Parts: sequence; structure tokens; C-alpha cells
Amino acid sequence: MIADLDLTRTRLDHLDWLESEAIYILREVAAECANPALLFSGGKDSCVLLRLAEKAFRPARFPFPLMHIDTGHNFPEVIEFRDQRVDELGERLIVRSVEDSMARGTVKLRAETDSRNAAQSVTLLEAIAEFGFDACIGGARRDEEKARAKERVFSFRDEFGQWDPKAQRPELWNLYNARVHKGENVRVFPISNWTELDVWQYIAREKLALPSLYYAHRREVVPRNGLLVPVTPITPPRPGEVVETRTVRFRTVGDISCTCPVASDADTAEAIVAETVVTEITERGATRMDDQTSEASMERRKKEGYF
Amino acid sequence: MNAPVHRPDLEDRGVLRFITAGSVDDGKSTLIGRLLYEAKGIFADQLAAVTRATRKRTAGDALDLSLLTDGLEAEREQGITIDVAYRYFASPVRKFIIADAPGHEQYTRNMVTGASTADAAIILIDVTRVGTGELLPQTKRHSAIAKLLGIRHVIVAVNKIDLVGFDQAVFEHVRKEYDGIAKRLGLTDVRYIPISALEGDNVVRSSERTPWYDGPPLLELLENLPADRADASLPLRYPVQLVIRANGSTAEDFRGYAGQVRSGTIKRGQRVRVLPGGETATVEAIEAFDRQLDEAGAGRSVTVRLDRDVDVSRGDVLVDAEDRPILGKHFEAELCWLDRTPLDPRRKYLLRHGAKTVQARVDGVGNKLDVHSLSSTEEAETLVMNDIGRVSLTVQQPFVADPYDDLPATGAFILIDPTTNQTAAAGMIRKVTQAS
Repeated sequence: MIADLDLTRTRLDHLDWLESEAIYILREVAAECANPALLFSGGKDSCVLLRLAEKAFRPARFPFPLMHIDTGHNFPEVIEFRDQRVDELGERLIVRSVEDSMARGTVKLRAETDSRNAAQSVTLLEAIAEFGFDACIGGARRDEEKARAKERVFSFRDEFGQWDPKAQRPELWNLYNARVHKGENVRVFPISNWTELDVWQYIAREKLALPSLYYAHRREVVPRNGLLVPVTPITPPRPGEVVETRTVRFRTVGDISCTCPVASDADTAEAIVAETVVTEITERGATRMDDQTSEASMERRKKEGYF
Repeated sequence: MNAPVHRPDLEDRGVLRFITAGSVDDGKSTLIGRLLYEAKGIFADQLAAVTRATRKRTAGDALDLSLLTDGLEAEREQGITIDVAYRYFASPVRKFIIADAPGHEQYTRNMVTGASTADAAIILIDVTRVGTGELLPQTKRHSAIAKLLGIRHVIVAVNKIDLVGFDQAVFEHVRKEYDGIAKRLGLTDVRYIPISALEGDNVVRSSERTPWYDGPPLLELLENLPADRADASLPLRYPVQLVIRANGSTAEDFRGYAGQVRSGTIKRGQRVRVLPGGETATVEAIEAFDRQLDEAGAGRSVTVRLDRDVDVSRGDVLVDAEDRPILGKHFEAELCWLDRTPLDPRRKYLLRHGAKTVQARVDGVGNKLDVHSLSSTEEAETLVMNDIGRVSLTVQQPFVADPYDDLPATGAFILIDPTTNQTAAAGMIRKVTQAS
């Protein structure tokens, strides 16, 4: 019963504090919004969200469906993991795919292998309209990128799904304003205040299952512009490039076409925590090719309706 | 047990939230940049991006730490920060959340927003702009808002001490001047540190260049400040967010009241009263997902089960059965107006307090507060954006209305414009004038 004693201390340690805040936020969405959804991709941040939702609502079912906006450029083990996790939880999963938007003609890419990260915005907005969602819960964190530092926990989007950095509602105390008119929605970020380190510490503490590619494994890669580009059907080696087999792990598991692993031997959450403490490269900079293009690329994408 | 993952030898002191007040000229962004940089909260590629941006903007070679905190493209173009930005760093014993409130236009609104969640305020003073004269008006303004929002700890960072030759006399002059302000405002916990944000003196490490200063460097001070939320001697306030029901999954139907303890402690076996209804019941269990707790302190989110069926819904507050908090229907409050549309006393607003939203009417506007002098000015008829003023309010349904200075968690509210849904005002209850 040591764990119980530990938990009943008046003082919360930093993970308790973050967890309690996130649970509070999730419950606010459930109470204030008529038709919310929780975005679940199988990525680590959304796995944390699922555990927080369990803590917020069990023994009841989640008061919202899960939704995945599928780029079609997924690592197969992530999709397998996603479905397995949904089964275990017994919750409802909605999948809407960028490829359907492409078939409808609402998404046009220059090339089949282009990154579909930005195109996700279109599919997400279409899904929001289709289901009439007034709130979408996501796993974005303020420390991920500079444009997110001023993001609200309840982030208002107009009827076009647009984010206007100058028209954000001030957030005071823990008194969130989730009110929207018909057709508008809020994006809600319960782990806004978490850093990558916090996320890994929480995964370790809660012993959360993650897709295997978050942990060190052998993989064929091509070193390119300081990144290790994984060899996949969508990202084949370019002429003259040498394929190497390296021990790597992924720090994010987004669209295959723009997600790279880092060299690492860390094969447990604890080892990743240790590595994260001393790491010198932030998550997106090391692993997302599209964010490197411009310092402000995230801000532009957010204005277009991206998370 | 859940051992701390990467620092088994060190106590985890949780989270400290603080606000930094001051303008870009005072070196505020540089100070934040320095804290992040030194605490290794800034990783290598962020630094690389900063170096690129600096090269684009200026000819100088020096790393501009302030660029690390200026977030949005539009602001970088204008060269000012226009909104509260949140920054994170961790030392081996504590996680820190900085609310970086800009010092220019919309300044009151932004600082009130950032201050509402802060345990501490860093008031930054540019010593080269004070010299042997008076402190700047903005310093008074920042301090007044810190007081208004009930921030317990104030740290006066006397910056650019390197530019006055690390002169103790200048530091002592600033201290004496600020002591006067603190006394007038009633700030009780004020600490002074001579720093150079640019060069790093007394930010993370004690500086050899200020041998006359024997206090801790800034980071050490922040690591050791008490976070006030967790005071167990305060009365219990447990606003119910959600009623959780599950049928059939277990032997008996489950009915629990989900919420976050806002102050005090809730204990198994405790007699509690449900307000505003007034019924009492005993706490049968405190559920935390996969375990049951004997008690839960301020800040913890749990689900409470009671020993009998009582009428509890969202917005109700559980308090100790012996406690008789005032249920306010009419009260006086201080409002900080946040919206571009001014206060219109003829209209009704939605008032959000705890987990409750009720209709509210502003019966009268009293004195506006002059944040420069912290004194009341003439009677006002309305409040416009960035105004702070005393109002009297009537709410449609009474609720547990604690004076903000006693219990910020249940003394704070916001007003929402029901037409635009904008968050129109931040409110602090000062006095209940008529109980229900």
C-alpha cells in the first residue's frame, strides 16, 4: 500500500500535477461541449491522452468517439497498434482518410509521395463538418514549436476551421470558455503544459504500451541532410545514396514521407527518459522534414486549420 | 511504488508557475531566454533556428536570447510580443511554467491573464533606466496587478547590474524605492536579486561580480518558493464537474462525482455538504482510476462516491459539513475588462465560477482603479478593455462565493458575452453584500 500513501500526500509531484490538470480539462470538454471527439493516431501523445481519458471517465465509457485522420502514409505497426488499443478499450473509432479527400478532389497533391501532413487539415475539417463536432481533443503541446507557445488550452476555430492568433480568448485561472456558435468549434489540448520529457516520464510511470517503433530497433535508413530517412516504399533511396542498417527509434510517428528516426539504443521508456534529459535536439527539428522548411511553417499550417 | 524516473536522489517539488513582468527594454525576453538556455530547456536545433533568424534580422553576431521567446511570425515582424506565451523548463527538482506577458499595448489584459495562474511574479527593473531616480510607472503597474491577482511571492530582479559596474549602492537604491511600493500595496513576500540576464550573473549561478549579494541566484530561489495552492489548512472546496454513472458493468451501479479538489483536503469518511442544495452525506470512497485514496489534497482530480443518494449535479460544490460558506447572490467584485466591446450594464452576462455558469447582471460600476498609483479614481459608468474597476453584481442563482484573497479558487470568475461568446472580463469577489 506504499503507492496509496504516496498518492495521498497533499503535495503533488510534477506528473501528478500535470495529470490532474489534464483530467480536469477532459472533464470540462465532456461537460461543456455537445459533441466532442478525441483524435487518436496511435502516436505517443495520443496514447497518453487515452490513459488520461480512462482516468477521467472510468468506469463509464468515454463521452466521445475516437477519431483518426489517416494520411494513408502510415507505418503498418502503428495502425495495428491503434486498432488493438481501441479494441482493448472497447471504444468507438472513426477513421477518415486523406485518400478519400483526394478521391473527392478536395485535396490535391503535386506528387503521390508528397507529405500529406498539411493535407490532413482538409480531411479533419471535412470530418468535423460531417459529424458536427463542436470540439476536437488533441495531444499537441506548447513546447513542441514556437507558434504553439501562445496556443490556448481551449483554442477557438471559426466556421472555416481557421485559427486567428489575434482573436484568441484570454484564459484565466482554470475557467475555460468552450462556448461556440453552430459551425464553429474548439480544439482542446489537455497536455498543453507537458514537455516531451514529461510525456516520457508519464509513459514510464504508467507503463503505457506504445507502437514498437518508438523503441530502439534495427532499420534500413539513408543519411540525408543530417536526418536518417527510413527506407520505405514512399521514401526510397535516391540514386547514388547508400542504404545503411542502423539502430534507431522514432520520436514521432506521423506521415511516413516526413518522419525520420534518430540513432538510439534506448529500448525502454526509462532509457528514453534518460536520453531525453540530455538530448540536444528537439522533437520536431530532428524528425520532421516539413517543419524545417521555415521557422513559421507551423503557424501557417495552424491558420489553415491544422492542429 | 512509482519511483521518480530519472532523479531518484532528489525530491520532486512539483510545479511552480510564475509570470515575468517588464518590457522588452528591461531585458525580459533575454532573462527568460537565459533561464531556458541555462536550464538546458533549449535544445540545440532551436538554437540553430535562432541563429538563422538573427542573421536574417541583424548584422550583429551575438546570440539574441530574446528571439527564443518571441513566438508568432506577425509579432516578429512587428518586433513586439502581443500575447501571453507559455514557456517550460525543468530543473532537477522542479518543473517551471513561465507566463510571459508582454509589456506594450493590451498590457493589463495580458498580465492579468498570466497572473491568474501564477504562484510568483518576477518584476524586472532595468537599473540603467532608474539610476538614482524614481522607479518607472510600469513597475508600479506590474506590482499593482500582482497584488490584485493575489500573487504571494514577488521577486524583484534588478537587471543590467553589469552596466552600472555591479554597484551595490544602485541596487540598494532600487530596493529602498521598491520597498515603498511594496508597503503601499501590502506585498508581504518580496525578494531582491541583482542580475545580468545578458551575461548570466545570479540567474542560475551566483556571480563573483556581486560579492555584496549573499542571497541565492534566481533559479535556486524559484526552486525553493512554496507553491501556495497546497495549503492543507484551507477549507475544502470540491466543485463537481461531472456525474459519472456506469450501469451493469460491476455488481452494483456506479455513481460518482468527478472533480478537482480546489482547496483543502477531502477524506474518506468525511461528512460533506452539497451546496447550494445543503444536503449532507458521508464520503464513501475517493476513486483515482485504478486505486482508492484515503484523502485527496488541493489540485488532485478524483471521483468521489457518497454513502447515500443525494441530489448532486455539475456546478455543485462539496464542502465540509461543519463549514458554512456564504452563498452569494449579490456581491462586490473587481473586474478586469478584457473584451473590445465595453461593459454594458443594461445587458446580462454569463458568469462562470467553479464548474457553474449562471446569468449575471452588473448593477453598478463603482470606482475605477488607477493601476499607476493603485488608487481609486472617479466613478465610472462603464469599463473598457484594460480597465479595472469595482462593480456590484447580482447572479441568477446563488453559489459558494469566497472572497478572492481568502480562496482564489472559489473567489474567481469570468464573464462571457452571451452574444459573441467572448471572454469579456476576469472577476475577483471582494465582498458578498447579500447572502441568499
